Amino acid sequence: MKSKILSIPYIIWMIIFTVIPLGLVIFFAFTTQSGEFTFSNIVAMNDYLDVLFRSIEFSVIATIICLILGLPVSYLISRLARGKQGTMLMIVILPMWINFLLRTYAWMTLLEENGLINRFLGLFNVGPFNLINNSGAVILGMIYNYIPFMILPLYSVMTKIDESVVEAAQDLGCSGFHIITRIILPLSKQGISTGIITVFVPSVSTFIISRMLGGGTNDLIGDIIESQFLGNSYNPHLGSAMALVLMVIVILIMSLFNQFGSEEAVI
Amino acid sequence: MENIIISLKNAIVDFDGEQILKNINLDIIDKQFVTLLGPSGCGKTTTLRIIGGFQQMKSGSLYFNNKDITKLPPHKRQVNTVFQKYALFPHLNIYDNIAFGLKIKRLSDKEIKSRVQQTLELVNLIGFEKRSVQSLSGGQQQRVAIARALVNRPKVLLLDEPLGALDLKLRKGMQIELKNIQQELEITFIYVTHDQEEALTMSDTVVVMNDGIIQQIGTPIDIYNEPKNAFVADFIGDSNIIDGIMRKDFLVDFAGNSFTCVDSGFEKDELVDVVIRPEDIKIVPQAQGKLTGVVESVIFKGVHYEMMVESSGYEWKIQSTLHENVGSLIGMNIEPMDIHIMHKMEDKL
Repeated sequence: MKSKILSIPYIIWMIIFTVIPLGLVIFFAFTTQSGEFTFSNIVAMNDYLDVLFRSIEFSVIATIICLILGLPVSYLISRLARGKQGTMLMIVILPMWINFLLRTYAWMTLLEENGLINRFLGLFNVGPFNLINNSGAVILGMIYNYIPFMILPLYSVMTKIDESVVEAAQDLGCSGFHIITRIILPLSKQGISTGIITVFVPSVSTFIISRMLGGGTNDLIGDIIESQFLGNSYNPHLGSAMALVLMVIVILIMSLFNQFGSEEAVI
Repeated sequence: MENIIISLKNAIVDFDGEQILKNINLDIIDKQFVTLLGPSGCGKTTTLRIIGGFQQMKSGSLYFNNKDITKLPPHKRQVNTVFQKYALFPHLNIYDNIAFGLKIKRLSDKEIKSRVQQTLELVNLIGFEKRSVQSLSGGQQQRVAIARALVNRPKVLLLDEPLGALDLKLRKGMQIELKNIQQELEITFIYVTHDQEEALTMSDTVVVMNDGIIQQIGTPIDIYNEPKNAFVADFIGDSNIIDGIMRKDFLVDFAGNSFTCVDSGFEKDELVDVVIRPEDIKIVPQAQGKLTGVVESVIFKGVHYEMMVESSGYEWKIQSTLHENVGSLIGMNIEPMDIHIMHKMEDKL
C-alpha cells in the first residue's frame, strides 16, 4: 500500500503531462480543422517518406558510430582507479552542461567554409573542404550531442565486470581479442542495448541540429514536425499525425530490437 | 631426484614504494601439494599471482621446467588458477564455463564434451551442465571453478584461498577432496591460505611467509615440531613464547629456572626465544613442579581444556584433558625435548 501512495505524485504528473497530451496528439492526428474524423493527415505522410527514411538512416548511422566510439572508451574508463573514473565521466558529461544551441553553433564556426578547421588546413595549403551543410555534418552533430547517452550506460555495466573474471579468461588462454568478444561484450549486453535506445530515440527525432548543420537540404522529420507547429506551414493536425507515425515506428523498431536482444540472451 | 617444476628467483615486488616481496626464492617440486601460508599482507597471494602471470616483478625471474617465463603473458602459461571469489563467467552456464578454456584452444566438440564430462565427474557435479552460475551454492560454484581450471590439464594448479568463503564443515570436506584430486591427477598444486590447520592437513610442503619474506619451508611435521623462529611457532598452532638466555649447549635459563634442552650451537649467554607448545606443559602437584603458578582461567575447548596460568611474570597457555580449578596453585614440568630454542627474530632481520 505504501508504495502506491509514494507513486501518486508521479502518476498525477504522468497523467497531466504524458497521457493527456498523447491523447490530444492522437485526437489531432485523426481530425480535420473542423474537428471531423479523418485519415487524410496520416495519408499525407506519404509526401514526407523520404524525410522519414533519412531520419532513420542518419540516426542508425549515428547510433552505430556512437557504439563503436563508446565501447572502448567506456571499457577504459571502467578499468581506471575509482577516483579517476569520476573525473573521466565528468569530462564525458561536461559538454552537456553547455547550452545545446551554443554547442551546435560552435560546430558551425568550426566547420564553415572559412571556419577554424578550414583556416587551419589552409595554413598548409590544403582545402578548403566542404565540411558543413551536408549529411555528414548532421550525423556528426547527432554523435556529438548524444554520445554521452551511449557511454554512461556502457560504463555502468562495464564497471560491474569483476577484474578477476577478466583474469580468469586470460588464465584459460584468452588473448586480448577473445577477452573482448567472449567476456566484455557479452557481459556488457544490457548496457549496449540501453545505449542504443538512448542514442537512437533522440537522434531519430532530432531537429535544429539538422537545420543548423545540414544547410536546409538535410531536414529531418523533427524539423518538419516543428514547422507544423511553429513554422509558416502551420498545421498541428499534420504535425500530430507525423509525431504519431514516428512514435509508432520507434516503438516497432525498439520492440523488434528487444526481441532480438532477449532471444540472444536465452542462447 | 625430485624434479623442480617452478622456480622463483630473487623476486621483488613493490606497491606504491612499499616492498611486498623482499627477495623471494622458492622452488616448487613437481607433483607436490605446496601451501603458501601466512597472515594477510604477507605476500602469499602476490607470489601466486607472479606464477599465474598477473603480477609483474620489479626484479627477479620465474622459471617453468627450467625455461624462463618471466615475461610470458598469462594466457600462454601452462598453469591454471582457481580464483579466490571463483570468478566464474556469469553469462555462461556450467558446461560452457568449464568448456571455456578448451573452446579457446579449439579442441573438437567431441573431445571437449568428453573432457568436461570427466571433470564434472571428478568434482561431483554431473547433471549441473545446463544450470546457471547464479543458481549454484558457494560450494558448488567452487567446484565449478576447480573443474574449469582442471579440465585444461595444467601442469600446475594455483589456488588462491579457494575455500575461504565456505563454512567449516564444507571446507573440511573440500580439503580432503582437493587432496584426493591432487593425488589422483598427479599435478602440482600451489595453494594459498591463511589457515594453518588447512595447510597442515593438505600439504606435502608448507611455505610459511610473513612480511614479504619466506620464514620457513618444510613438511607440515617439520614446521610444527621444529619451527625456525618465534613467528612460525606462534603462527602454526598455539605457543608460549618466553624470553630466555642460552647458558651453554643443552642448558637454557627462563622463568627464573635452568632447564636442560636438546638445542645447541647458540652463543654463550645469547638472548633467545623459548617456545613451548601448550599441550607440552605437564600439570603436577605443586611440590613436584619445577615451575609453580596460579590458574587464572579455564575454558572448555571440546577435546581439551585450555588454562591460562600466571607464573614468574608470564601468562602460560596450557592445554590438558584434565583441568584444575581457577585460583588453585599448580606445578608445571616441561620435558627437555619439548623446549624449542630460537634465535631472537630481531637478530635475523
